Amino acid sequence: MQAALELTDISKRYGGVRALERARFACAPGRIHALLGENGAGKSTLIKVMAGVVQPDEGRILLAGQARRFAHPQDAVRAGVACIFQELSLMPDLSVADNICITNPPRHFGRWGPINQQAQRRIAEAALARAGAEDIHPLAPVDSLSLSRRQMVEIAKALVREPKILILDEATSALTAADVLRVFTLLKRLRDEGLAIVYISHRMNEIAELADDCSVFRNGQHVATFEAGTHTDAQIVEMMIGRDIAHAFPPKPDRSAELATRQPALETKGLSWQDRLHDITLQARPGEIVGLGGLDGQGQREFFLALFGVLRGVQGEVRLRGELVHLDSPGQAKQPQHGLALVPEDRKTDGLMLPMSVRDNLSFAALSSFSRFGLVSGADESAAVDDMVRKLSIKAPELGNAVGTLSGGNQQKVVIAKWLMNHPRVILLSDPTRGIDVGTKQEIYLLLRRLADEGAAVLLYSTDYAELIGCCDRVAVFYDGRIVRWLAGDQLTEHALVASALNLDAQPAQASAGHAPGLNTPAVH
Amino acid sequence: MSDWQYHFRAHRGAWLAGLMFVVIFALYITKHQAGWTVPVLTTATNKGVVLAIVAMAQTLPVLTAGIDLSVGMVFVLANCLASHLVVGSGPQAALGAVVVLAVGAACGWLNGAIIVYGRLQPIITTLATGTVYYGAALGLRPVPGGDVHAGFAEFVTGALPGGVPAMLLVLLLVVLLVWVPYRRSTLGRAALAIGSAEGAAYMSGVPIARAKILAYTLSGVLAAVGGLLLTCVTFSGEASATIGGVYTLNSIASVVIGGTSLMGGAGSAIGSVFGALVLRTIGDLLFVFDLEPLWQPLFQGLILLLAVSLGSLQLLKLRNRLDLFK
Repeated sequence: MQAALELTDISKRYGGVRALERARFACAPGRIHALLGENGAGKSTLIKVMAGVVQPDEGRILLAGQARRFAHPQDAVRAGVACIFQELSLMPDLSVADNICITNPPRHFGRWGPINQQAQRRIAEAALARAGAEDIHPLAPVDSLSLSRRQMVEIAKALVREPKILILDEATSALTAADVLRVFTLLKRLRDEGLAIVYISHRMNEIAELADDCSVFRNGQHVATFEAGTHTDAQIVEMMIGRDIAHAFPPKPDRSAELATRQPALETKGLSWQDRLHDITLQARPGEIVGLGGLDGQGQREFFLALFGVLRGVQGEVRLRGELVHLDSPGQAKQPQHGLALVPEDRKTDGLMLPMSVRDNLSFAALSSFSRFGLVSGADESAAVDDMVRKLSIKAPELGNAVGTLSGGNQQKVVIAKWLMNHPRVILLSDPTRGIDVGTKQEIYLLLRRLADEGAAVLLYSTDYAELIGCCDRVAVFYDGRIVRWLAGDQLTEHALVASALNLDAQPAQASAGHAPGLNTPAVH
Repeated sequence: MSDWQYHFRAHRGAWLAGLMFVVIFALYITKHQAGWTVPVLTTATNKGVVLAIVAMAQTLPVLTAGIDLSVGMVFVLANCLASHLVVGSGPQAALGAVVVLAVGAACGWLNGAIIVYGRLQPIITTLATGTVYYGAALGLRPVPGGDVHAGFAEFVTGALPGGVPAMLLVLLLVVLLVWVPYRRSTLGRAALAIGSAEGAAYMSGVPIARAKILAYTLSGVLAAVGGLLLTCVTFSGEASATIGGVYTLNSIASVVIGGTSLMGGAGSAIGSVFGALVLRTIGDLLFVFDLEPLWQPLFQGLILLLAVSLGSLQLLKLRNRLDLFK
């Protein structure tokens, strides 16, 4: 059968980073094709190419056998490719009906007439009914809807375009169980109507239920395509991993016995926030590096934000050095008596003031310690900044230059260094090595180990499994806002990380919770 | 919720501004010595409608999450141009009026084109072009003066049979001929989509460049309509930087009082009309209460603060404090 959409030898680079390397993919009408791969395998880039959001450097796109180029999302939409992205593409201030009909609203008096509100409403109602979401009022503004309802609107919006190829990127991640069922019924019906459906999900049980075909990607390359059900989960996981660990990591000292006697620097009990975090209980002791693993977006980021006082309405206990604290803002969290630091994931928006100088950025978080009566003491500031620049060997030609002029790796060092100025006792790092060069990565690994040796408790969230294995003493694997598994010692393997990130092994989250977890308990059964 | 509840919620800002206007205006009329009489109503309308139309002009760019600091200057330029062109015989004056509107459109189009194709920020672009337009106005009218077609001006600023101020009819026409079709057009909706989430609009295949340019062009046209009406009120043209600046700032204030978010995406020109009328009536209110006119800016500022606080009440509900900065 001719493929509905076929991509051959697609390559895409971002700067020096290779997102796709001669990747190929084909999906057939009347089939649901699951796209599998771990974080950064190139799935997202691949579907962005299909949707015309990203133009590949090389390669060909064939639509029903004909070569096409999608310069804009509009081109892909017109060609019958509808994409439901992970990040929603709805306009929050507009009504549901406006959103559903945004690309091609019905008009009065032919092409140039005003929008026909009644017809639009009927179209929206029909689309919502088709998606199985009749409960959504077409006139409701989108920002009044819950995340799961918004995702249903997103699906209805894609249906209205009468696509021939429908791409769903984690489209069920925010849905309730009842909605997932309805969406599945809908997808199966659409498949029987002859649509080609590309489905990305990290939930293996969904893939087992839905998919006809599976394609596995790894490191931007296509690994294998096979009919669903011909391989076991374990075999699929094996295909998804199996890359060489190219980075050298500093040795992990085996001091678990000694560490276990120390009072935890950070302890949480039953931490919950809205429907994003559920009952997170963990301890981090001075001297250890605790990893947060799991797939991207399973609540790791929210956990850090909750600790750092950014979220409102967090439930549960947070103890710092045994003392119950209630933090309401980052300003409080960084106070010396609390000693928290958060290196945020997005250094360009949350980490740095890009147009300001390297020096100003470095001293920001610790500014009050160089100030008397609200005036900054230039001499103290310079001394501390120079010291930090030396310690982390930040390569900046001139400390007065804008921090935006530095390389990515050096920018990241500045973000870390600015928090070290406060001498934090608990350091939270959110994917600190994303998008930086290998050399700087290794420096950061060494630095983290040194900080731990000097007595800090380090929490490292990383999407790179090799990093979790190489750097961390133990790893809490997050899934759907919960810690589903603790891994340490010999158990800390790539296979175990991927498998528990997909929540495949039904092994219970080894009692990290409740009863006095020592460092060893998670590892040994 | 029922349909009309959704409709009300979508236009809450405009309703609130309308209500505020009715209350303040009722107070004004009851305290006024002459009260509900044709001359009082006509004078109040003439003052209010000119600002209301400039406020409508400001609304369109604001809905796309932009701003137009040149509306006041296009308004002044149109005033000066009209004092040269809208004279002579009837047809001559009519042609002149058309030219004035076309110049307004050209000014607005230039703003939009620079913002879209030059990728410059609206605030600085319109600050710069506004100065250019003011320069042109100064060239046309180095000193105040000129004239306007008397019949036209007297009709526009007078009262219709039955005592309805003609200016009110003009406002109604502008709303029906410009705002209503715009709001129901694809490009008008695209403007709201852009203001709401430009990235999502792009991903949905919305024509972003065309929608933005149209918003600024229409803004120029409406500012020119305002300038034309001002000429009818004053019977002359004056290239005054003060008038231009005050109208620009008051237009922004009116937009905000009218419930349009400066972040774009939500609001309506109807709200801005009421916002402008509220702003104008407050000034007159102080007059009938025998308060020093010196207090006027203070009270206008307080009303503005009040209107803005209503809009930010929902921030209290945020669960993630980082969202405050988005």
